[in-house]
Amino acid sequence: MKQLLILGAGTAGTMMVNKLEPVLDKDEWQITVVDQYETHYYQPGFLFIPFGIYTKKDVMKPKRDFFPSGVDVIFSGIDKIIPDQNQVLLDNGKVLKYDFLFIATGSKINPGETEGLQGEGWHKNIFDFYTIEGSLALAKYLKYWEGGKLVLNIAEMPIKCPVAPLEFVFLSDWWFTEQGIRDKVEIEYVTPLPGAFTKPRASKVFGDFLDKKNINLTSDYNIARVEPAENKIVSWEEKEISYDLLISIPTNMGDPVIERSGLGDELNFIPTDKETLQSKKFENIFVLGDATDLPSSKAGSVAHFQADILFDNFLSIIDNRPMKAKFDGHANCYIESGFGKGILIDFNYDTEPLPGKFPLPGIGPFSLLEETKMNHYGKMMFRWMYWNLLLKGAELPIEAQMTMAGKRV
Amino acid sequence: MSQIEIAELNVDLDDQGYLTDHNQWTKEIAVAIAGEEGIIELTDRHFVVIDFMRKEFKETGTGPSIRRLTKQSGVPTKELYALFPGGPAKKAARIAGIKKPEGCI
Repeated sequence: MKQLLILGAGTAGTMMVNKLEPVLDKDEWQITVVDQYETHYYQPGFLFIPFGIYTKKDVMKPKRDFFPSGVDVIFSGIDKIIPDQNQVLLDNGKVLKYDFLFIATGSKINPGETEGLQGEGWHKNIFDFYTIEGSLALAKYLKYWEGGKLVLNIAEMPIKCPVAPLEFVFLSDWWFTEQGIRDKVEIEYVTPLPGAFTKPRASKVFGDFLDKKNINLTSDYNIARVEPAENKIVSWEEKEISYDLLISIPTNMGDPVIERSGLGDELNFIPTDKETLQSKKFENIFVLGDATDLPSSKAGSVAHFQADILFDNFLSIIDNRPMKAKFDGHANCYIESGFGKGILIDFNYDTEPLPGKFPLPGIGPFSLLEETKMNHYGKMMFRWMYWNLLLKGAELPIEAQMTMAGKRV
Repeated sequence: MSQIEIAELNVDLDDQGYLTDHNQWTKEIAVAIAGEEGIIELTDRHFVVIDFMRKEFKETGTGPSIRRLTKQSGVPTKELYALFPGGPAKKAARIAGIKKPEGCI
């Protein structure tokens, strides 16, 4: 019996299990999946919790609900991956052998990487919204906040869902308007990037949105430390920015098990072939989702497109055929812009976000790089699609590879 | 691509001022580009960074991130920003004659 071992049952790992289980021959293959947590969180929903749009219940389900019955599921932490021996040691003492290993252990925020961030201000007037704990604590805080200076700071790139910080300030502008205190709130967006976003056209569009919504942009800012007693952040070049409320997107890093296993780079992300998703070091290891070091977005849509590619390639490999499917860096992101509207971007390694219609060229219903109500409905509908279709490995009407059809160059 | 003369040295630069061929790089070119970037003198510490970047580039085909720089070259982050004010990864890459680091998203 051959062993396919999948580490991590988040978005990427769960999708992969559900795609492969129905097609792999059960007399030949045993699929095993390992994860340390029993709850699956719909992470895009964390953004909405601080503003009271979603509650905890909307973003949580038991992971068990999403595994097909033929799969061996183990809830345990992972101690170490030993690729030279094709085995994985678990925290519960078990040793798992594998023929093929898929690593989908994700990425997490590490506030400890920035001096003073996790100090006396943490979850008092400094919050993250990338964890369930952070977004719930922030929801409570915002409910009673009477205004002041809100600073959103991105510590370091890359981060998971690079548009989420923009969405957060757009939604803040809307929320404080609704609360009747927008005139008492100053919002500043502080980023290490040279502009609002990385790619030029999208950066310009988002920069204009920030202007329009009266949100100040400070770019090229690299945070060195937080001084919580003084309520200020300080850059490596000693530039100080004061805040009353600090929303931090801390350094994102891969799982510590990647470091323990000597498989990662400085941020514990795994060097991965950008087209085939094969580990650069080990032929029988594949990496998907946020755990890779690829220059693509760390996002659910990306994990989804990668899963389609890896599915095709894995079936080729076990038939002793060359891998033909190529991941092109495709990402597709709905960006909440507040007041019931949204913006959609669709791009890959080589093509920056462009204006146009999506997914049907000329028709839509969604509009690219433009703010519409329909884009907002797309985002809100997505939660249902995530739980009911995406995680279960169902086909969605979006191709894994990006298409230029419908885009205006 | 354009060819410009830096301190009477002919060298090919891309539209953002980065060398298109790292083999054309010399210390004189580094000094000239540093001058354009407002760095008057290149010290031994600058060259610790520059040499590390060139070595990384030859081995991996891309310049290192700041995190990798500080971890591997032994130059602390604070000093890095003092040596190359306003963006160590980008500025040092230009002075080291390698491609602009890939912005990730």
